[in-house]
Amino acid sequence: METGKTKIISVLVENKPGVLHSISNLIRRRNFNIESITVGATQQKDIARMTITVNADEKTLDQVVKQVAKQIDVLKVEELESGNFVMREIALIKVEITDSKIRSDVINFVKVFRSRIIDISNDSLTVEITGGPDKIDAFINLMKTFGVLELARTGITALARGAKAIKIDE
Amino acid sequence: MPKMSGAQALLESLERQKVDTIFGILGGAILPVYDALYDNKKIRHILARHEQCAAHEAEGYARASGRAGVCMATSGPGATNLVTGIANAYMDSSPIIALTGQIPTCGINSSYMIGRDAFQEADILGITTAITKYNYQPQSVTEIPQMVTNAFHIATTGRPGPVLIDLPKNIQSNITDVEFTDKPNIRSYRLPQPPDPAKISQAAELLTKAERPILLVGGGVILADAADQAVKMSDLLMAPVTTTFMGKGAFPENHPLSLGCIGMHGNPAANRLIGEADVLLAIGTRLSDRATTNLDTFAKDAKKIQIDVDAAEINKNIEVDLAIIADAKASLNMLLTATSEKLRKGENKAWTNKVKEIKEQLSPLLKENPRDLVPKALLSELRKLLPPSGIVTTEVGQNQMWSALYMQTLQPRTFISSGGLGTMGFGFPAAIGAKVACPDRIVIDIAGDGSFIMSEQELACSVMEDIPVIVLVLNNSVLGMVAQWQRTLYGRRYNAINLGKTPNFVKLAEAYGAQGTRVSSIDEFRKAIKTAMDSKVTTVIDVPIGSETDVVPFVPPGCGLPQQKGDY
Repeated sequence: METGKTKIISVLVENKPGVLHSISNLIRRRNFNIESITVGATQQKDIARMTITVNADEKTLDQVVKQVAKQIDVLKVEELESGNFVMREIALIKVEITDSKIRSDVINFVKVFRSRIIDISNDSLTVEITGGPDKIDAFINLMKTFGVLELARTGITALARGAKAIKIDE
Repeated sequence: MPKMSGAQALLESLERQKVDTIFGILGGAILPVYDALYDNKKIRHILARHEQCAAHEAEGYARASGRAGVCMATSGPGATNLVTGIANAYMDSSPIIALTGQIPTCGINSSYMIGRDAFQEADILGITTAITKYNYQPQSVTEIPQMVTNAFHIATTGRPGPVLIDLPKNIQSNITDVEFTDKPNIRSYRLPQPPDPAKISQAAELLTKAERPILLVGGGVILADAADQAVKMSDLLMAPVTTTFMGKGAFPENHPLSLGCIGMHGNPAANRLIGEADVLLAIGTRLSDRATTNLDTFAKDAKKIQIDVDAAEINKNIEVDLAIIADAKASLNMLLTATSEKLRKGENKAWTNKVKEIKEQLSPLLKENPRDLVPKALLSELRKLLPPSGIVTTEVGQNQMWSALYMQTLQPRTFISSGGLGTMGFGFPAAIGAKVACPDRIVIDIAGDGSFIMSEQELACSVMEDIPVIVLVLNNSVLGMVAQWQRTLYGRRYNAINLGKTPNFVKLAEAYGAQGTRVSSIDEFRKAIKTAMDSKVTTVIDVPIGSETDVVPFVPPGCGLPQQKGDY
């Protein structure tokens, strides 16, 4: 699932204003090459999980992890162990439909990729696809041959495999 | 639970943190706190004349005393004026607490006000995110006591740094039942862990086997109060000690094994010997560009051991062979025990003889009695006149580098300078802050004419508040350090460096009610310093020096430490 030097860092943070700002600010300042950041709720209301995908060598990754860990509102930082995690991304893709041949081609691809059509108009189809970034990239490339009107990707969210959990020491 | 306003809760919380002084300037959005201060008997407010200086004063106080310094300003421009001072404290890891007023959270129609660009509104939390260790904005009065306790805990523990509390005006004036606490409560903040015994043992192994060990001591040793341990370590290993600029004072510079500072304008012997060491023990230093110069050639033959309380400093600038992530004092104490157990007695004569020889050969200090008004002569005279406990602050530029080279520092917390950010105008307000923290000691700001006029208005503060300090203006009528760069690196294409003979510093001092004096010989200089040390009022001593005097040695950009240039 992993490609090249892409690394995924899972961060548990206090769920309060300013935290995303301080993290994104340090990433901008130190010129770390971030592919995506996603933030969302966890099983605990007051804790949020940030999933940061970086393209970095070991030295840069080490600095990203240490600088993020240094932020006061960060409870825990962990690099997800290569191959030992599950990750998903969602993309919404609005494809231009100019004739019924294209429409049926797109519908066929949607089936092959096990994605879903979530909106239809006379001139467009909007597809929801979930998976790893490689699968989504491949699907988007196919759709580009028909004409992509709009595209939205969520960025990666991920968890370690198995019962292993990043725990907060209370 | 007592009923009180947010402002009263703030002051009560500050008192519980043993705060005795606030440096600040008031304004509309912080008036409720100043109104509460009217009745307060325990906290002295010192009216700065510019908010940036209030922050520098708080930092001078913190660095002289080891306790957190507190500064305060109103919202908007008051808060943004603090920014340079906060950034300075962040770069030099100084514990300061910055209090800012903010427009009210609620308007008359009780909708949320902040973010609507009201008069004197600035997003100070957003602005200071990158230059504070943490920042806060209470949304209710009841949050204030815990917030202040946490702020001091964050500012003063681990690697210290500035914390800002932004106080919306209505939260300052709202009255409610308030409960106080002295116990910090931040579940996501971890104090430094004790040193790893395995790492200590490995470090001891490396050090005992070293033939040419050297210690590099940074500001972290001063912050950790570990100067005694550094001396013991040096004595045990018979290892020479160099400091970073920020570490000046962490090791007595009159010690036979002291090499002074390393760096771009470092002590020649230190720059030379660090390249010859086989084991380097770096303690409490981020190994900055000014200390290391060329990263690839820095101490290239040495196995490197780094002790730092901040894990992010390990391998950030220089790759090390062994890292100990812990408090400097705790680490050195353990390392001293481990090393003395392993060390076979017997002096390492070859290395100590070499150190002695290079030190004598390359000493930048004056060998004969001074005659001319040159920085080297002035500062070595000043060292003789100033008691060892006297506190020196500096401005930034040539005055600062000359002070590092020629003004030996003998005790921790007696050399206070803007090392990281390099803020011109820092030294004078820092001197005022240091004097407030240590009223029984002599405090002198070694200044340049360019730097001093950046905060010269604080003469009003020092006179009105009876805080007598000495300002020594090494007056070369130019912005000397940039002039030196234009001279040596830009083919003498001098541009925008000429300051002329203005202002008249004697009259300037007198205009503020301070004393001013100009000297034209070493004898007059000695007399002026002695008079100023006895004076009850701030004294500005104007010393004309040549405008083309370079700071030497100089390691040009891109070069390594031993490639130092200049006739020193």
